[in-house]
Amino acid sequence: MDFDLSDEQRLLRDNVERLSAPTEAAPQGTAWSRERWKQFAELGLLALPFDEADGGLGWGAVETMIVMEAFGKGLVREPYLSTVVIGGGLVRHGCGDAVRKELAGRIASGELVVAFAHVEREARHELADVALSARKTTEGFVLDGVKSVVPHGDEAELLFVSARTGGERHARDGISLFRIDAKAKGVTRRAYGLADGTPGAEVRLDNVVVSADMLVGEVGKALPLIERVTDEAIAALCAEAVGVMSVMCDMTVSYLKTRKQFGRPIGAFQALQHRAADMFIGLEQARSMAVYATMMATENDPAQRSAAISAAKVTIGRNGRFIGEQAVQLHGGIGMTMEYRLGAYFKRMTSIGLMFGDADHHLRKVAKAGGLEQITA
Amino acid sequence: MDLRFTSEEQEFRQEVRSFIAANLDQETHASMLAGHRPSKDQIVAWQRVLNKKGWATVDWPAEFGGTGWNIIRRHIFREEVQAYPAPEPLAFGVYMVGPVIITFGNEDQKKKFLPRIANLDDWWCQGFSEPGSGSDLASLKTAARRDGDHYIVNGQKTWTTYAQYADWIFCLVRTNPQAAKPQEGISFLLIDMKSPGLTVRPIVTVDGGREINEVFFDDVKVPIENLVGVENRGWDCAKFLLSNERVNTARIGATKERLRRLKKLAAEAQEGGRPLIEDQSFAEKLADLEIELKALEITQLRVLANENKNGKGKPDPASSVLKLRGTELQQRITELTLQAAGPHGLVGENLDAPLGHNEDEIAPEWMRLAAPTYFNTRKVTIYGGSNEIQRNIIAKQILGL
Repeated sequence: MDFDLSDEQRLLRDNVERLSAPTEAAPQGTAWSRERWKQFAELGLLALPFDEADGGLGWGAVETMIVMEAFGKGLVREPYLSTVVIGGGLVRHGCGDAVRKELAGRIASGELVVAFAHVEREARHELADVALSARKTTEGFVLDGVKSVVPHGDEAELLFVSARTGGERHARDGISLFRIDAKAKGVTRRAYGLADGTPGAEVRLDNVVVSADMLVGEVGKALPLIERVTDEAIAALCAEAVGVMSVMCDMTVSYLKTRKQFGRPIGAFQALQHRAADMFIGLEQARSMAVYATMMATENDPAQRSAAISAAKVTIGRNGRFIGEQAVQLHGGIGMTMEYRLGAYFKRMTSIGLMFGDADHHLRKVAKAGGLEQITA
Repeated sequence: MDLRFTSEEQEFRQEVRSFIAANLDQETHASMLAGHRPSKDQIVAWQRVLNKKGWATVDWPAEFGGTGWNIIRRHIFREEVQAYPAPEPLAFGVYMVGPVIITFGNEDQKKKFLPRIANLDDWWCQGFSEPGSGSDLASLKTAARRDGDHYIVNGQKTWTTYAQYADWIFCLVRTNPQAAKPQEGISFLLIDMKSPGLTVRPIVTVDGGREINEVFFDDVKVPIENLVGVENRGWDCAKFLLSNERVNTARIGATKERLRRLKKLAAEAQEGGRPLIEDQSFAEKLADLEIELKALEITQLRVLANENKNGKGKPDPASSVLKLRGTELQQRITELTLQAAGPHGLVGENLDAPLGHNEDEIAPEWMRLAAPTYFNTRKVTIYGGSNEIQRNIIAKQILGL
């Protein structure tokens, strides 16, 4: 039992916080910086989770947590989650030796942006609901269908696309995963900004022909891999959320101390003090669950891992919404403006709440699993 | 950073669990499992078993009879006692007046009182609240006037838990009514409950239980050697005691035990021909509770780890979070247990009644205890500094508002 960071981890945190310091004004549009992406690569952040044998740093979930929390504080919009956490996860856990080495190298150098094309219009948060079809041919597969919400799908060079090669629409069996070159014939993308301004795209595949070696893992057996990487992504998002929430709490407390009404700082009023105290409690509980998710993300038993990750997402989803809404409320009118930075954090928090399942979705999952501690007697 | 317990810590947990299993009186265990409070005799008997083993006062410094365990082991020990469940130490002695005497008391007081607290030879109660002084504790009026080598105490304390059993009461009394600030005229006095002029009157709580009392002081003579620390500096003792109390009132191990039990009960209870636990709404409420409890458990470990690092005797202000959320969760579990009991939750019973009587049961015991337990547990967000006061503490001490 030990909550301390090592010297190396503290150094990592300081470096990432320096590189991802937020701008004074709220970020506008959906732009992100290729130059900063290069700085991330130089610092080794893009090589973070890969094995040293594959040219990576061989770091783990705790280091990812440190990076993501700093990114949350800085509202970093660069495609780290989609490329390094999710893309990197699919590469590390799913790809064979040669492909893994090659992709790890290209991601680590900053050359390759990756997106995970999974969510479909009818599926809501159910991971097994995949309708996009992949027909087997003599040479390989033909993919046909639409992925509607693909974060960073607009600029990504490589897409990991889930597809159904067999079974009914909701069946756990029959889902396969493919590597698709975003410029392949038949791939069209409609770019848009997600609710918080993160770039995203709808990705349409019209009879896209891929060779058999683009299949990741075994035919029809991709769901456990997708679940594992999704759990890792949720753990990373929880850490990012803690960064986002901590800034919203800090901004609110400092506003309560400076804004004067009725001749005194509004933070002198008990109704607002108690609200701020509840925000603080929400943040501390969220921080604890982000640590828990980090520890459980590498748990070998999928059932235990999944229940723990869901529990963390419930806490993050609820407390994040509470803190975001209260931060805007306590700021009053200024919290409503596009220009003031708070709104950007509030929107990012809202996006995180919706990604990979909202609080209700995950609460149902924990309830179905019989809780975190199963009673056998 | 590693949240897992080491194999030594896990072995230690097993050692504690085995000791409790081998040494706790079976009847006490059965009665507590069913949801009864342990009786005075049960608490005393168990405390003496622990004292023999050297585990009576694990949080005290080793020179005064503590175990010298680090904070993680102490946490594990406390959690195992709560989760078994076995009687917890009488808080007024072991967690409250004991540490105050260790920190502020003189050598004679340490020698005289500490061993008797460890062995529960003296049953202590707490004389803080007064009819006019609840959350505003510093406004207290019970007066101690110096007369030679005695104080003469006059006034009234209230909500005094287990005063009916007590041999001693520790009191905040006003020794200087002229002090510039109300906090500056208060002293910390130890008073023998057998003193002439001291009377105890019971207050029956909404659940029908007999836990709390009023204590009246009518020219009670208290020798000056029973003053702890410096005259008029009793507020320091009070603040120290209250911040210790916040850590102890989270009772996460106990809530875990109640949750495990509730899951079993909800698997047996039927609604519409199905176990209640399969009802989605009920299962989600349980899951919700378990998730918040997990978050609080980790928050508690973070607070403990911080205190360990920052040195002893400096409770983290985040301990207010523990008190707040911990007590809310204790209440929620009693709400859900009452809900699980359904209409048979209407069949009431007194929490202090002895386990097992021979009449035909109208409803199983857990159902009969559900409503009184629910009623009684409303106290936890009130005592030890109400949860609204805890929010004030967070706003002022942590957020600087």
